[in-house]
Amino acid sequence: MRLHRQGQVGIFVVGAVALQLALVAAGKGFLLTQLTMAAYYTLAVLGISLLMGYAGQISLGHAGFFAVGGYTSALLTTFDLGPQRARPLVSALEQAGLLVARADGYGGEVLAVHPVAAALCAVALAMALALAVGVPVLRLKGHYLAMATLGIGTIVYSVVLGTSWLGSADGIAGVPPFPLPGGASVGGRAGGRVVNYYVAVLLLSAAMLGLLNLVQARVGRALRAIHGAEDAAGAMGVDTARLKLGTFVLSAALAAVAGVFLTHYNGGIGPSEASTMKSVKYMAIVAVGGMGSLWGTLGMSLALNFLSLRGTFGVFDDAVFGLSLVAIMLFAPEGLLALEPRRALAALRERLGGAGEAPR
Amino acid sequence: MAELFFQYLMAGLTYGMIYAVVGMGFNIIYNATGVINFAQGEFVMLGGMIAVTLAGLMPLPLAILLAVLATMVVGALVELLFIRWLAGPSVLRMIIITVGVSILIREAALLTWGQGVRALPYFTGSEVTSLSIGGARMSPQVLWALGACSAMVALTTAFFRWSSTGKQMRACASNRTAAALCGLPTRNLVTASFVLSAGMGALAGCVVSPITYTRYDIGTGLAIKGFTVAILGGLGSSLAAVTAGLVLGVLEAFAVSVLPSAYKDAVSIAVLLAILFLRPTGLFAARVAYRP
Repeated sequence: MRLHRQGQVGIFVVGAVALQLALVAAGKGFLLTQLTMAAYYTLAVLGISLLMGYAGQISLGHAGFFAVGGYTSALLTTFDLGPQRARPLVSALEQAGLLVARADGYGGEVLAVHPVAAALCAVALAMALALAVGVPVLRLKGHYLAMATLGIGTIVYSVVLGTSWLGSADGIAGVPPFPLPGGASVGGRAGGRVVNYYVAVLLLSAAMLGLLNLVQARVGRALRAIHGAEDAAGAMGVDTARLKLGTFVLSAALAAVAGVFLTHYNGGIGPSEASTMKSVKYMAIVAVGGMGSLWGTLGMSLALNFLSLRGTFGVFDDAVFGLSLVAIMLFAPEGLLALEPRRALAALRERLGGAGEAPR
Repeated sequence: MAELFFQYLMAGLTYGMIYAVVGMGFNIIYNATGVINFAQGEFVMLGGMIAVTLAGLMPLPLAILLAVLATMVVGALVELLFIRWLAGPSVLRMIIITVGVSILIREAALLTWGQGVRALPYFTGSEVTSLSIGGARMSPQVLWALGACSAMVALTTAFFRWSSTGKQMRACASNRTAAALCGLPTRNLVTASFVLSAGMGALAGCVVSPITYTRYDIGTGLAIKGFTVAILGGLGSSLAAVTAGLVLGVLEAFAVSVLPSAYKDAVSIAVLLAILFLRPTGLFAARVAYRP
């Protein structure tokens, strides 16, 4: 039996609720914090899954887009425009309701951009960057694309690390919570842990549903065709350039959204979020989860990010990701879940009813 | 002003030589396998790090020799363990594997040597010794680096042009099937290309380490720059790679004179992107034999 994608997402949500109840019942509610963070990282990883697993385009620079999102949001929501209040632009923004004033914890007041407006700016900026970079970069293939995206990620990293108003090595702290309708907010308050968990789960579910729709529709088939043979896809009338660019921008947008929310959740962001290792980590998760398997990637991403955030791997954290990347690519390039058990399951399913989907 | 110019020029040439050597390393492996080895920069780091450790136990020249040999063994292992037995792997897969290998080497280095910055002692004199050339002061180590790298380039060129193994490697690069049909041990020649390229990187890592220092994470930056140089210079000509390396090094040195030094990497990567965008069909598109 094959569930529809709404059903699959439904099961995921039910599972997430069950997990939350179980954790709280077991008195381990604190684990929800890492699960929430893992969910946000997963958002970024899903975008890369679409780009790498479906469209077959490699990116070693997605941590850069994540950081562009996070840093833009952090900067705009913490930069005090109070002293510039008299300026026409600032007062116009304030009139338009785009600025909010809040207490800064020292008895003073900070006038900064409203988090929602900042988030929109952040995602738009990341998408614009992806578009500007993607047009020339996506004409490249293989090694060139990998090196070019690695280069872009490195530029973002060295810029945030070397720019004093982006906090240099310290990053930006004191980012206010992101307000949601109904008085809830995405932020680091301990009391809001459960709410934040559900916000992340819902965001992830929505993104998942959208991506599942996308890959099972015409676009998805076209992307797989590009992965299989780009020239052939082009010859069949697939607008390969536009699709690749669209996928690239979409994946950058997802990374930026993840960056924005995680920054609000953590109350800050540091340069390590932009590091090459992060990009490689995302890629490793997609590889482990399976190229072209969104659910596999989602599951692996939640699990691996959670373990990583819990510090399970200790000082070997990066090594674990590097090792799994190499091992998967050597022994199971289709991903862990594509290994024998799955094939055996599919064969079994076929024998029982013939209604199962043939293994790809 | 002229002295300052000369000073930047010499600094640029020193870095440029390293980029040139890394770029040649890329070329050698790419020629033999069609793979861009993303772990190329790690060889430079390993050479420097191992030499620093060994230098505490034995005379400097011996330490450097052993470090280069050890890195060559690592190069051979990388090929034997991760590349050799894959049957017709896709480019995407090879990229990911070498990226993973680079992470593994880097993490191993981090666990072995920690996060500290290390350096070999100066080969001659000390950090305060300086020669005056054209009014600019510079360390004799700069001459060591320039000399060693130039010698390496010349020797590699001669190796590919005249030695039997070099010729076999060129034949293998030109047409692997044909080379195999002629009875050449193509697989071993591929391993040899990894060994050669690792050794070159390691030696470069040793001679510059007193000036530029070495740290577990210098590999990525070097890889990007070496790749830039390999593309900029085009394939098949080590002389072009050297020229490109020197140009990039000098460009970087002068960029640092006007920009904050944190943006140094950004400059050379911008150069890489510009080249990639202006010559998107790639200088690697034609797989030609290694013609030094």
